[in-house]
Amino acid sequence: MKISMEEIEHIAVLARLSLSGEEKEVFGLQLSSILDYIEKLNELDTSDTEPTSHVLLLNNIVRDDIPRDSLPREEALKNAPAHTDKFYRVPKIIE
Amino acid sequence: MANEETGLMKYEAVIGLEVHAQMRTDTKIFCGCSTLFGSEPNSQTCPVCIGMPGVLPVLNKKALGFAIRTGLATDCTISPYSRFARKNYFYPDLPKGYQISQYELPICEHGQIEILVDGQAGKIGITRIHMEEDAGKNIHEGTGDFSFVDLNRAGVPLMEIVSEPDLRSPQEAVAYMKKLRTILIYLGVCDGNMEQGSLRCDANISVRPVGRQEFGVKVEIKNLNSFRFVEKALEYEIKRQRKVIEEGGKIIQETRLWDSGSGVTESMRGKEEAHDYRYFPEPDLVPMTVDPAWINEIQSSLPELPDAKRERFVSEYGLPEADADLLTSEKPLSEWFEDAVKTGGGPKTVANWIMGDLMKLLNAENKTIEECPLQPHQLVDMLKLVENGTISGKIAKTVFEEIFRTGKNAGAIIQEQGLVQISDAGEIEKIVDEIIANHAKEAERFKAGEEKLMGFFVGQVMKLTKGKANPQVVNELLKKNLLS
Repeated sequence: MKISMEEIEHIAVLARLSLSGEEKEVFGLQLSSILDYIEKLNELDTSDTEPTSHVLLLNNIVRDDIPRDSLPREEALKNAPAHTDKFYRVPKIIE
Repeated sequence: MANEETGLMKYEAVIGLEVHAQMRTDTKIFCGCSTLFGSEPNSQTCPVCIGMPGVLPVLNKKALGFAIRTGLATDCTISPYSRFARKNYFYPDLPKGYQISQYELPICEHGQIEILVDGQAGKIGITRIHMEEDAGKNIHEGTGDFSFVDLNRAGVPLMEIVSEPDLRSPQEAVAYMKKLRTILIYLGVCDGNMEQGSLRCDANISVRPVGRQEFGVKVEIKNLNSFRFVEKALEYEIKRQRKVIEEGGKIIQETRLWDSGSGVTESMRGKEEAHDYRYFPEPDLVPMTVDPAWINEIQSSLPELPDAKRERFVSEYGLPEADADLLTSEKPLSEWFEDAVKTGGGPKTVANWIMGDLMKLLNAENKTIEECPLQPHQLVDMLKLVENGTISGKIAKTVFEEIFRTGKNAGAIIQEQGLVQISDAGEIEKIVDEIIANHAKEAERFKAGEEKLMGFFVGQVMKLTKGKANPQVVNELLKKNLLS
């Protein structure tokens, strides 16, 4: 299964990656071989099998609507690459 | 149906709305952070809602219950099996790089609500109601070369309520959204506060020649956070699309943004490519198989909804349809009305006072009925004083306003300001004779048959008695003494 150059470029845009021409070639080949590998599953007859979205045998895990302490603001902000005393700081978003 | 007539071709609009309603929970949808509005920026976040590695979301049971409650109230089927999905995109207000939403298996499907437009009732289908988390808030103004992000809102529980493309005009779209808001507030699942963003919507709209079955190419308009904007943006978009078609152009499927400042919708083209959300089942949350017993419990806890209440107000209290519609448009208003009627007020009289003087006073002070300083029993007490002749209907308006302003009871206000009605015939006759004597010319003309001067004489008596004279007695005595 060969991935087209357009698909590679589209995926790169979605992932916010800027790739060189060489990288596009390499990643294209790698992604194609991963997909080929996964394609093997199509050799099985699954017409009688329910699709699985979760492997856990659990349903309906919920919590009550009771507030808990939030993080102190300094704690929350300190992991961000940039912040002010109150906010996360990011490059200007052009609206 | 609003047809847009142009030349020989008539067009109609086809509109569907996606309404986002913030659910009235105390905590976020997947963590225990508070949802309180207006708190200090970034003071209500935790590792779950800011997307730290290794954390797991857990669904808020109340949010799930609220979504089911809304589904039941809008005739939806509650899905026996439902799950969350990841919607992937990058934006600074989305800490995880994906929003937890629902995709193929939403909690509610196939519902409907009834709307009234120009006295015409119609059913609008609801495709689905699903749960999702809100994003944070970006701040662009006064932030120099940067933008700032506040994540308090990230993870706040939302319901997205998607309508069928059943709406045919901006007016129908507004009526639908208003009705939905009323229902959500009755249910107690959303506070309906549009200024704070608790209720906002995106609209899908296309136009087509009347009579054609297929839909035209649709455009999505985002950022509609008031009824007025919904109406204006849709009106603008209908005109724009019609013009494009008439000039031989083609409508492009795209997302447009309503700019309330300039009153136009603008294309967000170029950002389209990023709208490839790559949904997949959310691995961090387990599926929901709602216990039918719980659904029954929620069903039996549903309040009387606005349509049922409106019909009851007509049948039980004999109110005109329009009065009943207005009084039930807000739950607290309908409760205020019923409290007053239960304490002995005549239904139509109470309705008139609410829709007239009370609304006027509330609007003037920008207050809601819940903030009304005047209690239902205070109105009823005052009405009794009108009925037994203690005060006139005219003075009642003054007393009503005084109760509203001071919170005092009618009796006290009447005593303090000496507003008791003068019904004593002897006392009124003295005044009547005095006025006839002072206006001899007018009295002559009245005797000569100019009956409309009656109003003038009544006015004079009321002026002299500061409106306190019993109008019936005044009328009788004037007639008698003018003609004698």
